[in-house]
Amino acid sequence: MNNANRLALTHWGVAFAAFAAAVILGAWQMFVRSPLHPWLSDAELYYRSVTAHGTTLGYVFPTLIVMGLGYAVCATTLDRPLRGSGWAWAGFWLLIAGTLSASVSVALGRASVLYTFYPPLTGSVFYYLGVVLVVVGSWFWIGVMLANYWHWKHTHPQERVPLALFGVMTAALLWGWTSLGAALEILFLILPVAFGWKATVDAGLARMLFSWTLHAIVYFWLLPAYIAFYTLTPKIAGGPLYSDRMARVSLIMILVFAMPIGIHHLFADPQVGSGFKFLHAVFTGMVVVPTLLTVFTLVASLEIAARLRGGRGLLRWVAALPWKRPMVLATGLSLLMLALGGAGGIINMSYALNASIHNTQFVTGHFHLIYGGAVVIMYFALAYEFWPRLTGYPLRSPSLARAQLWLWFVGMLVVTIPWHVVGLMGQPRRMAYYDWSDPQSAAQAPWVVASALGGGLLLISAGLVLIILVRSARGARAQVEPLDYALGMDRNVPLPRALNSFGVWVVLMVALTVVNYGYPIAQHFFFKNTAVPADLVAR
Amino acid sequence: MQAGAQLEAAAERAAPRAERAWAWSMSAIIALLLAVIVFTTLHWGMQPPSSVETIDSTRLQLGGEFSEANLGTSVSPNGAVTVRVLAQQYAFVPKCIVVPADTPITLRAVSADVVHGFSVQGTNVNTMVVPGYVATLSTRFAQPGEHRMPCHEFCGVGHQGMWAHVRVVAREQFPFEQASKAAVNCEQR
Repeated sequence: MNNANRLALTHWGVAFAAFAAAVILGAWQMFVRSPLHPWLSDAELYYRSVTAHGTTLGYVFPTLIVMGLGYAVCATTLDRPLRGSGWAWAGFWLLIAGTLSASVSVALGRASVLYTFYPPLTGSVFYYLGVVLVVVGSWFWIGVMLANYWHWKHTHPQERVPLALFGVMTAALLWGWTSLGAALEILFLILPVAFGWKATVDAGLARMLFSWTLHAIVYFWLLPAYIAFYTLTPKIAGGPLYSDRMARVSLIMILVFAMPIGIHHLFADPQVGSGFKFLHAVFTGMVVVPTLLTVFTLVASLEIAARLRGGRGLLRWVAALPWKRPMVLATGLSLLMLALGGAGGIINMSYALNASIHNTQFVTGHFHLIYGGAVVIMYFALAYEFWPRLTGYPLRSPSLARAQLWLWFVGMLVVTIPWHVVGLMGQPRRMAYYDWSDPQSAAQAPWVVASALGGGLLLISAGLVLIILVRSARGARAQVEPLDYALGMDRNVPLPRALNSFGVWVVLMVALTVVNYGYPIAQHFFFKNTAVPADLVAR
Repeated sequence: MQAGAQLEAAAERAAPRAERAWAWSMSAIIALLLAVIVFTTLHWGMQPPSSVETIDSTRLQLGGEFSEANLGTSVSPNGAVTVRVLAQQYAFVPKCIVVPADTPITLRAVSADVVHGFSVQGTNVNTMVVPGYVATLSTRFAQPGEHRMPCHEFCGVGHQGMWAHVRVVAREQFPFEQASKAAVNCEQR
């Protein structure tokens, strides 16, 4: 096995193990706060669990998946070995060290601050240092990706950057810039008070810096799914990619617009003026466009594949697609969840309308549907597609894989649709328990019970993922056909240089950040007496 | 295979126009959504709390606007109704807020410690309460009724117990006279 493949396999192995642990916590949280369980005698255990669940699934799991995908794409698109694999391993071990440091602090109950931090609540320094190490480890990966990308460009000056590599580079550049916000928050605001060097912290500035990271991190999670949509699904369905050019336009739009819109998380915050809130609402509207373009390109590619397979009619062609292939099935289910979750997201981003659902379970439902549903189901499909190529063992149970994907889809809907409903009824998120004897809460109880049962379905599905991957590795080795990426129908049409490189787009991304975040951040340096004493939660 | 190649060629010829039509129509839908946001925001004055007003959260109890006697519902000489709320681990002061129905109301909220937030269920009242800043909202409760008001941002291990109530009473039942002298609430019951 070459080094890039070993890197990919190791990253994904750890990622799915961490994922399974975090899903157990998530299902437990849904169960104990539901009417199926009496009130927790120690509510702190609940918040400890939420912190572990969020930190693992927000920072550790998707970061490892994207890093692993980056190495796997390098192994299959560069026509030579990965450069800088020593750095890559160093990044991996930093990430592991950080994960251990953070999880031990959380497990001991010394950092029950939730993964969004929100000072002046302040946990153990080892929690924050752990998160910093995870992020710094991922920066090593960005460096390795950049080095390989530049070397490839240098040795292939006239060629089109393979689309999968272009997508991975989009993720690397976006993550490099967007992770900076939370990094600045931890290094300059939280750690000084966690260490006791400073007594006070400006909670408004901390939230502002966190919002810098908070939206684009979702696009970082999302990009592996888009890369699969563009480069794998069409090929596996039996057709070309509809438009290589439009795929690049969408990726670039995500790079430029995904980041300077984070203030839509702060619509209800008093420390941001209405002008900047509205500006970020407008830019959030703009970042919907690349997703709609992706949906168009993907569905058009699928239609061509279906017609090449003999599909007919206005919509009957859908039945001609090879739905037995996990990648095609996952793509279909992902699109359905993306549509539902995206519609909810448009409500969240709508400036004033946000007030009707802000910080309710509606929001929890929204991001679980988008990320836990539409994105994570594509992580499964990527694993099923790549695992045999990385290990040399073919997927032993494709029918079990299909059942797993269906179960995840159904479980995710059963979990998140009730959350949307009770959110509209006003149920706040992030509470260890609710008073079910209150008539208004009692009206929400049946929905909450249904949702907790959905958590059980997700738990079974997550268990199946591990069983499928482990079971495959215990089968017989066999020749697995090499990975073949979809090529655009327009592959022979010359590509403008701007769609084959990132320079100008990175400049635009940074410039937009300065415009959209410059004043809202800078104002804090002129406020007096806004900093408040830290509240140390470590016990 | 010949048919396949023909199909692909036909799709490729149609692609640029179809894509452009899709891109423009999607952009138009987004633009329409934004226009609706602008219209509703201005037409109904639906503004989130955005006053960017700072306050020293460590000195709230030492007097000034958010000292204990001022918390609750007050009526100023010009008749304006203002509700002042203090959020602290793990209760709102006052726990029971009383307001007149069908009356413009200004809500002003501050935190004495960490980040809190609240919504008044069944209404559009929803704000973060960030220490160091004053959250100001304008609203009007159309009908008399009882609303629950949970803290909706994690504020520590007692967060789940931090619920207040808003009691909206008919205008003629609201003690305007009393509230013009000192802040009132509905806690004594």
